[in-house]
Amino acid sequence: MPFDLPFLAESFVALLKGIPLTLQLTVLSVVAGGILAFALAFMRISGKWWLDVPAQFYIFVFRGTPLLVQIYIIYYGLSQFPVLRHSFLWPFLREAYWCAVLALAFNTAAYSAEIIRGGLLSVPAGQVEAARACGMSGLLLFRRIVMPLALRQMLPGYSNEIILMVKSTALASTITLLEITGIAAKLISESYRPVEVFVCAGAIYLAINFLVARLFAWLEYTVSPETRKPEERRA
Amino acid sequence: MDYLRLMSFGPDGWGYSLLAATGVTVAVAVCGFLVGAMLGCLGAAASFSRFRALRSAADIYTTLLRGIPDLLVIYLFYFGSSSLISSVGALFGAEGFVGAPAFLTGALAIGVVSGAYQMQVFRGAVLALPKGEIEAGRAYGMPPLLLFRRIVLPQAARFAIPGVGNVWQLVLKESALISVIGLVELMRQAQIGAGSTRQPFSFYLTAGVLYLLIAFVSGRGFKLAEQRAMRGIRRAV
Repeated sequence: MPFDLPFLAESFVALLKGIPLTLQLTVLSVVAGGILAFALAFMRISGKWWLDVPAQFYIFVFRGTPLLVQIYIIYYGLSQFPVLRHSFLWPFLREAYWCAVLALAFNTAAYSAEIIRGGLLSVPAGQVEAARACGMSGLLLFRRIVMPLALRQMLPGYSNEIILMVKSTALASTITLLEITGIAAKLISESYRPVEVFVCAGAIYLAINFLVARLFAWLEYTVSPETRKPEERRA
Repeated sequence: MDYLRLMSFGPDGWGYSLLAATGVTVAVAVCGFLVGAMLGCLGAAASFSRFRALRSAADIYTTLLRGIPDLLVIYLFYFGSSSLISSVGALFGAEGFVGAPAFLTGALAIGVVSGAYQMQVFRGAVLALPKGEIEAGRAYGMPPLLLFRRIVLPQAARFAIPGVGNVWQLVLKESALISVIGLVELMRQAQIGAGSTRQPFSFYLTAGVLYLLIAFVSGRGFKLAEQRAMRGIRRAV
């Protein structure tokens, strides 16, 4: 198989056009999923069974089924119901774009909820007691003590989840969206040169994931000054 | 009631086809998982090697395959082997595109991806071994292979079970992606059913429930295996 450099450059440029859509899908679904995940995590740790059990069920269902099934249920499946087809939601649910965002957000919410719960549970009881002794409670306690400590614990897990999300957006190509993988599949079926296209697309994904990982490493470094050596801390 | 008749095992029900497709899903997932276990073992062994080239090769393998979407890998395997077969076919006078066998390429593709994850699990399990065990084994004069078989493997296997269980769940869900290259597994069968009855929600929902069922049952299996493997271990917490 001869390695054709002009073709390589050509497909690289074509694939670059998919980056904005991949990033959009990732950011939108991570933000929406993150909000839902917080709600789920609080339901899980609320201690009330009627909040805990539904959240557990949600997490079980969305972690136990393939993302592809979730995407298809939302994109193809919902059209089975005439009620939905005639509702005000239809202009959104008709669009592959919003269906992909919705499915990705629901999916990541289930995984992130457990990461956030782990972070919240890792806050030492003594810290909360001390804060209460100082007279803090409710939102103030959460904002000043619980959240900053939990955030440090969940950053590594969350960065993994976001990298997984970047990779998951590839599934949006199965419902006609032309993000990086969608363009790659199109190029491959037009040119029958899978290796070159794969190398380009793979390199782009790796670059994105590398940047995400670096970003989170930097965030982690910034929010945990207490683990640094004294001379570093001063700088 | 309409739904039940659609999913029944009667003449106009899809019960049998969906059940058979579930079997294909399990088969392709198990094959991919086993290929991955082999690659994972090789990768982990390479990562502990004395030779730097092997160590970096293992590192590159796991970094690359964990950073690229699985769907892209499946496309590469399918179209890559198809174009290879087509060009071989052209030598013998066959014309046009010859598709590679979907089961084989699919199982290989998810095997290569899951191998990258399993390698990390196996590495972690070996690293979790107390160093003293290995030193003691060496002090008894065990050669590397004997040491591996008697000391490292039995204990590392125990530590690896939870992680391997996670990778299995991943592989099971990944196997749904093989539907894009035309293998009639559960996902593809649901697509076929959805297309010919115009009841996509019913079919995808059923597929989802079946995936959930496999995941649940196999999850219990891994839990039992873990309990059995850990029965001799005193827990700290």
